[in-house]
Amino acid sequence: METASLGGGFADAPVDAARAFRACLNAMARPGRIETVAGAAPPAPLSVAAGVALLTLCDPETPVHLAGAHDCGAVRDWITFHTGAPFSGPAGAVFAVGSWAAVQPLDAYPIGTATYPDRSATLIVEMPGLTAEGGARLSGPGIRDSARLALPETAVFRRNAALFPLGLDFIFTAGDRLAALPRTTRVEDA
Amino acid sequence: MSAGRRQERQAGDGGEPSMTEQAYNFAYLDEQTKRMIRRALLKALAIPGYQVPFASREMPMPYGWGTGGVQVSAAVLTPEDRMKVIDQGADDTTNAVSIRKFFERTAGVATTERTPEATVIQTRHRIPEAPLTENQILVYQVPIPEPLRFLEPRETETRKMHALEEYGLMHVKLYEDIARHGHIATAYAYPVKVEGRYVMDPSPIPKFDNPKIAGCPAIQLYGAGREQRIYAVPPWTAAESLDFEDHPFEASKADHPCALCGAEDSYLDEVIIDDTGGRMFVCSDTDYCRARREAGHTGAMGAPYETEAQA
Repeated sequence: METASLGGGFADAPVDAARAFRACLNAMARPGRIETVAGAAPPAPLSVAAGVALLTLCDPETPVHLAGAHDCGAVRDWITFHTGAPFSGPAGAVFAVGSWAAVQPLDAYPIGTATYPDRSATLIVEMPGLTAEGGARLSGPGIRDSARLALPETAVFRRNAALFPLGLDFIFTAGDRLAALPRTTRVEDA
Repeated sequence: MSAGRRQERQAGDGGEPSMTEQAYNFAYLDEQTKRMIRRALLKALAIPGYQVPFASREMPMPYGWGTGGVQVSAAVLTPEDRMKVIDQGADDTTNAVSIRKFFERTAGVATTERTPEATVIQTRHRIPEAPLTENQILVYQVPIPEPLRFLEPRETETRKMHALEEYGLMHVKLYEDIARHGHIATAYAYPVKVEGRYVMDPSPIPKFDNPKIAGCPAIQLYGAGREQRIYAVPPWTAAESLDFEDHPFEASKADHPCALCGAEDSYLDEVIIDDTGGRMFVCSDTDYCRARREAGHTGAMGAPYETEAQA
C-alpha cells in the first residue's frame, strides 16, 4: 500500500494551523509582505508554503483545482488524505494551485457575484522565489505608502483590480515563504 | 461549566498534553469551524467593508455577549498571543472578564489589561485610546452588522443595495437627523465608507472613535455571531464617516476632563454619584486612565495613584 501520502501533515494541527493562519492573515492584510511558515512536508512539486496554506484553509467544503504539474497522484493523494478536499476544474474551484503558467487562463476561475463578491477563487501560485527587490510597486489597503513584490507580470493584476469588488485573490508561495495579493492592491511596473 | 462535568469529560478522552482545558480543542472551536471562519476572514480582508456570511456556531455564552467576536478571536489566536478584552473600554466588567478567562482556559494564552502589550484585543463598543500598532489585531463584537438594516429590513434588498453601491437611503437618514435636530444626531454606530466603496457599520462604538478606524496600523476584524457576518478593515485603509459638506462629521465627546486622571482627549463615561444631581465624568478606557494616573496625572476628584494599594 502506498503510505507516503499519509505523512507530511501538521504534527499538532490546532496549533500549527493557528500559526500558519496568522501568517496568511498578515500576508493578506499587508499585501507584499513575505511571511515564513512551517509544519507541512508535502510531496513535490508542492512547496512547503503551498502545503501549509492548503492544510490551513482546505477541507471537504472547498473544491481545489490542481493546475499543470501539480495535478499528479502524489499531490492528489496527499491533499485527499490530509484535507478531504474534492478536486475540480477551474470553474468550480475555491482554491487553485500551480505555477503561474499552469494556472492560466485566469478568466476560467469564479470572481464572485455582485451580491456575493466573496464567492471567488483564491489562487495559490508557486513561484521560483519571492523577493521585494526590483518588484512591482504595490499600493492600496493594507499598505502604508507603497510596497514592492516581484510578480510574474503586472497588467493582469491591474485588470483583476479593475473588477473590484469582484476579482481573484492570490497567495504566492516559494519554499517555506508566502505573500499575498488581494484584488484591492494597485499594481504598477517598477 | 462545573468542575465535576469537566473531570468527567477529561476521563472520557484522556486529553492531549497541548490542551489547556483538556476536554476542548485549542481555542475551543473545532478545526473545521476555524477553517471556515479563516476563509471568511481572508475574503473579508480582500473586500474591505463587505460583510462575508459565515456559519456562526453556538458558543457557550448567549448571543449579544460577543459570540461573533469570540469566534473571530478563536480563529486568529496563536499560543504566543497576549490577549486583552474590553467592554465599553473597561477591562474589569463581567463580559470582558469572562471572555478573557474563556481564552485563558481554552487557548492557554497570556492576557493583559495594558493596550500596548496586547497582540489581540477583543472589544465591545470601543477602540482603545492608546494608538494601536502594526503588531496588533483588533476584534470587534458586532450586534447588527448591516448599516442599512433599520432603513430596509429585507436582507435581499440590502444586499442588492450594497452591490449597486446604492447608499442614498443612508444619506436621507442623516439628512433627516439634521432636519429634526439641527445636526447629525447619530452618536454611535456611525456609518463609514471603506476605501470609497462599501458602507460599513463600525459596530456601536461612539462616533468619537470613528477617526481611529481610518489609517489604523492594526488589522481590524468584525464578527457578528447572531447575524452570521464577518467583515474587516485592513491596516492603512481609508474609512470615511458619512457626512455633508455643510454638516461635516464631528467626533464628539462630553466637554469635560476626566475626573480621575484629568485627560481632556479621551472618551468619557458619565457616572451618577448621588441622588441630588451629582455626577462625574471618567475615562471609558480604564487602562488609559490607569496609565495616566500611574504617570502622576490626577483629575479633580481623583486620589493620587497607589501601586500596591489594591492588596
